[in-house]
Amino acid sequence: MFDFSALYEAYSVREAVALRQEHPEAKIIAGGSDQLVKLRDGKLAGCELISIYTIDELRGVSLGEDGTLRVGALTSFADVSENELIERLVPVLGYAAGQVGGPQVRNIGTIGGNVSNGVTSADTGATLLAWDAVMELAGPEGTRKVPAARWYIRAGQVDVRPGEILTAVTIPQAAYEGYSGWYMKYAMRNAMDIATLGCSVNVCLTADKAAFQDVRIAYGVAGPVPMRAETAAAAGRGQPVSPETIERMVQAVGEDVHPRTSWRAKAEFRGYLAQELLRRCLTQSAKRAGGVLHGV
Amino acid sequence: MEAVGVSMKRVDGPDKATGRAKYTADLISRDALVAKVFRSTVANGRVLSLDISEALKVPGVVRIVTCFDVPRYYFPTAGHPWSTDPAHQDVADRLLLTDRPLYYGDDVAAVIAEDEIAAKRALRLIKAEYETYPFVLDPLEAIKEGAPQLHPDYPNNILKHTSGSAGDWDKAIAEPGLLCLDKWYETPIVQHCHIENHICCAWTEGRKIAILSSTQIPHIVRRCVGQALGRPWGEIRVIKPYIGGGFGNKQDALYEPLCAYLATLTDGRPVKLDVSREETFVNNRVRHGGKFHLVTYFRRDGTFVARQMEEYSQQGAYTSHGHSTAAKATNGFVQMYPCEAYRFDAYSVYTNTPTAGAMRAYGMPQVSFAMESHVDDIAKMLGMSPIALRDKNRMPVGYRDAFTGNVNWQDSHGQCMEKAMEYIGWQEKYKAYQNQTGPVRRGVGMAIFWYNTAVWPISLEATTSRMMLNQDGSVQYMCAETEIGQGADTAYTQMVAQTVGVPVEKVHVVTCQDTDVTGYGTGAYASRQTYVEGFAIANVGRQFREKILAYASWLTKIPAEELDLRDGNIVSHGETVMTLEALATEATYSMERAAYITAEDTTQVKSNAYSFGCSFAEVEVDIPLCKVKVLNIVNVHDCGTLINPQLAQAQVHGGMSMSIGYAMGEELKFDEKTGRPLNNNLLDYKISTAMDHPDLGALFVENPEPTSPFGTKALGEPPAVSPAPAIRNAVLQATGVEIDRLPMTPHVLFERFREEGLIHV
Repeated sequence: MFDFSALYEAYSVREAVALRQEHPEAKIIAGGSDQLVKLRDGKLAGCELISIYTIDELRGVSLGEDGTLRVGALTSFADVSENELIERLVPVLGYAAGQVGGPQVRNIGTIGGNVSNGVTSADTGATLLAWDAVMELAGPEGTRKVPAARWYIRAGQVDVRPGEILTAVTIPQAAYEGYSGWYMKYAMRNAMDIATLGCSVNVCLTADKAAFQDVRIAYGVAGPVPMRAETAAAAGRGQPVSPETIERMVQAVGEDVHPRTSWRAKAEFRGYLAQELLRRCLTQSAKRAGGVLHGV
Repeated sequence: MEAVGVSMKRVDGPDKATGRAKYTADLISRDALVAKVFRSTVANGRVLSLDISEALKVPGVVRIVTCFDVPRYYFPTAGHPWSTDPAHQDVADRLLLTDRPLYYGDDVAAVIAEDEIAAKRALRLIKAEYETYPFVLDPLEAIKEGAPQLHPDYPNNILKHTSGSAGDWDKAIAEPGLLCLDKWYETPIVQHCHIENHICCAWTEGRKIAILSSTQIPHIVRRCVGQALGRPWGEIRVIKPYIGGGFGNKQDALYEPLCAYLATLTDGRPVKLDVSREETFVNNRVRHGGKFHLVTYFRRDGTFVARQMEEYSQQGAYTSHGHSTAAKATNGFVQMYPCEAYRFDAYSVYTNTPTAGAMRAYGMPQVSFAMESHVDDIAKMLGMSPIALRDKNRMPVGYRDAFTGNVNWQDSHGQCMEKAMEYIGWQEKYKAYQNQTGPVRRGVGMAIFWYNTAVWPISLEATTSRMMLNQDGSVQYMCAETEIGQGADTAYTQMVAQTVGVPVEKVHVVTCQDTDVTGYGTGAYASRQTYVEGFAIANVGRQFREKILAYASWLTKIPAEELDLRDGNIVSHGETVMTLEALATEATYSMERAAYITAEDTTQVKSNAYSFGCSFAEVEVDIPLCKVKVLNIVNVHDCGTLINPQLAQAQVHGGMSMSIGYAMGEELKFDEKTGRPLNNNLLDYKISTAMDHPDLGALFVENPEPTSPFGTKALGEPPAVSPAPAIRNAVLQATGVEIDRLPMTPHVLFERFREEGLIHV
């Protein structure tokens, strides 16, 4: 039995925005794979819920005329991980979505929920941050767009304002075209787990594949919210594709990442993993982009 | 037609697969009230006061009972048969609710409400005031002078200390040229994680209290509830429907006593007490954590000369099964590698942690990890193969344990190891994996075990069963030994069919035990049921057949000794005289001599049997990632003749899975500052998933057990014993690194690989 006092269902974005305004204290629920856990724990006892799970227009993946990849907020992890457009344009996002929980959670859980609950361990969170995604919201004033880099405010809080709901996660063409990436989820077991550390990397090589034109690195669980590692990325930009460059970025990431010790893992172990995962993600990304790494 | 030894489908399979099977929650009436327990937020202390005034105002709250309200009959909970000898009775240290909490989460009060939401709301409004005491979480700390004391009658928190020795220790170790290995090994507190959490529902009827419960041991629970409530045991009725696993956790009186008590306060309305997963981890039972100090003196040729063990078994807050698991581990230690001299000390130590009770393999997984790791560490010292070292020292053929009378009849270990070596490709791989370099390495490892069957002569082995001939010639079999998911009903069906001489489709096993109806027997534990039921079915089946044949003789005028019952027919000299169906119908409705043909007896078993086996594992270790992947693993068992090969395999698969979790991830953790459990949920407690398993190999050597009418012996628990040390030893071969504590998580590997210079930070 779940302890909530009311459930309002929205069948369109317009209805959802209206319900958000009528019931400003109500919590939004989509697939419920996070909210129902909180409800069961008694953390939201007696709360009101607005279900947006019934809004079919928020499901699906499409490609805009300007080349923007648009993933509806209610698209399930399973659908993200098996989508043909994502597979072609940003395969690493599909891979990351496929790392969430187990089959049941991937069927009910949504990409919108994964980034809206503001947790640092969200598998798609670090990847969307690494790919310069843009969040699209609907509210009383119309549509608002928030770059992923400004999306996370603090642990558990993202930039969703009163009256708004997240409608889509988008990746502009410039952010994905020519980029190849890799995601590693480090967890204690191979399914049904949350990341001890997640690392998402993508690179764009020069036309001759000899140098890193651009490098983007993001982590989950290296801080209270998903974060970019800019010092490490800067250490690689413009540098030759080589094990030495990768090592330089790996060494530099200590400047970016300051993990905490918790009972789940010691800071020292997380810091060590940040480097080991980055080494592997950079190597994979460079190879996938057509780079040649001698001796690796 | 042979019914035993065939992989017939489970008799409960279709119902369980389709959801028709009724478990406790399916049978609870919809008007049942809901009880929830209010728990202490101190790990050691005294309740000074409880303010329930706000909680009582919550709509739907019916009643709140506190530790100050309940009767104070101290009672035991262990699922052991009662002993009429007071010296052997279980320690009675529990109350229904306590004002003296001994672990974080102890039962302090209970709310009865119309529904779960009201009950939970009330829980949040109860205010408790405590006097708090220092607490202790580690058994080695708990035995020190000045440590917090849990139970006044047990100084230094030592529930029990047993020791034993044989041979002349000093003389043995004085032999010139001996080598010695002296090391500590550690195993964690883990939980059973059965699918169905413990749940029960109680109501009053007449002078009785009836309890529907997810338990392995209905007759024992009946006695424990009687003791807890100070009521005659006959006034308690326990009903056990299908249950979703127990693994020993439900071999204890859990919340049945409290639930029964609450039901006496509700004017006849049933009270349901449904334990959450979070509570299951902390407020039921766990497996004892273990710390082992092993010292072995051995010759350069690998012969063990003297062996010593100190064992500290973490009992937790209350006694439950007490010292018996630690004691079983000492038997494991002594009998596995007999040698010139040995000595051991075993301590069961109270700590302010959840109560340890029975869990699959009862002390053996702990000692097996310590001992089998230790043997491989010695092999490494000597540069000897782990198998050659074991062959030199393991329990020899003909070995007899004087206490149980168990005999090692055949070279089961040798036969099991041979099968396992072939399965895993040991010879080539063990050679190929020597002296690897590089970040990713592979290794093979193995471990062996022995296990008892049932508990004779430590305690009673007796069981009551009844066979009844239905009007259609089918056989109704009612017994006290419980189906808890392991397939017991199917094994009974096969043994009954074979013994009586009817097709398996003509056997109906009554799956539900109801202590008002079912004869006395003790229940599912100690890998005893198939063995014990074998005796019972042979005994009662013989009497039943005799009665049938006597009736047939009267009907047919053929002497009974010339009649036989085969495949559902009465035959004489190879010719069918009549069907059993015709006989049954005639017997039931006979105007001349109506008879309801039944046989009932209590069969006592005064024997035990060694069960043997081994695990072989192959792993790949990604050293920089501090991760182990189990590539291949196999268990080979000699559990005697298989009653149902496919079910036996399933039993082995389940045990291996538990042991893989034990090896790689499972460990209950506590906050050092408060004693609060940190990971009592299925996300943070890392039970292994299907994605963490390779295909599990399960093979058998079938040496018929001479003591058993069906040639069978223990298989319930043994599969969970040896996989963990086999995996550990495979990691040792791959990396050269000794991991001396479970689970071998990346956190542990990170520290160890760093110490050994395999990774650099």
